[in-house]
Amino acid sequence: MPVYLVAAYAVFWGLTFALVFSIWARQRRLERELEALKKAQPSDQ
Amino acid sequence: MMNRQNDLPGLILALASAVAVLTALGMVFLYAPREATMGDVQRIFYFHVSSAWVGFFAFFVTFLAGILYLVRGERRWDILALSSVEVGLTFITMAVITGSLWARPVWGTYWTWEPRLTISAVQLLIYIAYGMLRRAVEGPERQARFAAVYGIVAFVTVPLSWFAIRWWRTIHPEILSGGDMALTPRMVQTLLVSLAAFTLLYVTLLRQRIRLERFADALAALRMTQ
Repeated sequence: MPVYLVAAYAVFWGLTFALVFSIWARQRRLERELEALKKAQPSDQ
Repeated sequence: MMNRQNDLPGLILALASAVAVLTALGMVFLYAPREATMGDVQRIFYFHVSSAWVGFFAFFVTFLAGILYLVRGERRWDILALSSVEVGLTFITMAVITGSLWARPVWGTYWTWEPRLTISAVQLLIYIAYGMLRRAVEGPERQARFAAVYGIVAFVTVPLSWFAIRWWRTIHPEILSGGDMALTPRMVQTLLVSLAAFTLLYVTLLRQRIRLERFADALAALRMTQ
């Protein structure tokens, strides 16, 4: 199989996973921030 | 507040996208015939065209969302525009790189400054600048208004890129006229399935990106109340 063909499809998977990972990582960071905010709230609220 | 656990529609969309992309991939390698002149390297064409299509469509969504933001001033249109640029940029980058990888064995070079490729490079830089300039503007409303106008003006690169191969002398193949690359029915079917799969993937990624932005907004509002 031509190396250019393999490289082109690797680029597709690489960029797709990079975007998915980037969204997932940002979501995780926001969830951690939310947890921190919840913990910082006084217990009677 | 939204989280990843309660998003059943998102999970269904993601699964449907995965199945669609794997089906398209199967058709590219097992169903579509080997092209007579270019050989197996022509199989790059299916995902190259599909990623370019999604990139153009994403920028069109940003264009429309920009108009709607300027008319209505609602944050949801700004979120849609911003999210669509990010997903569109990923696909346009994909189209540019896969195009270069196709060009190397077919044209003998990764890159040449012919009209279509030059406009694609300029388009890529313009939309990369969208995010950078957006962050440079102070105040959320000014930022959104500026981004809306920028997204509307930047969209001119899409019709320019589309018509470049018709208006100017270029070595880029013109597919839809059937002039430069005669497609067999199996090739056309594979291309159509790839286009559908990529469109579904775009919707899935866009939806997740919009959810992320809404989550960030909700969190910012919560922080303000504390």
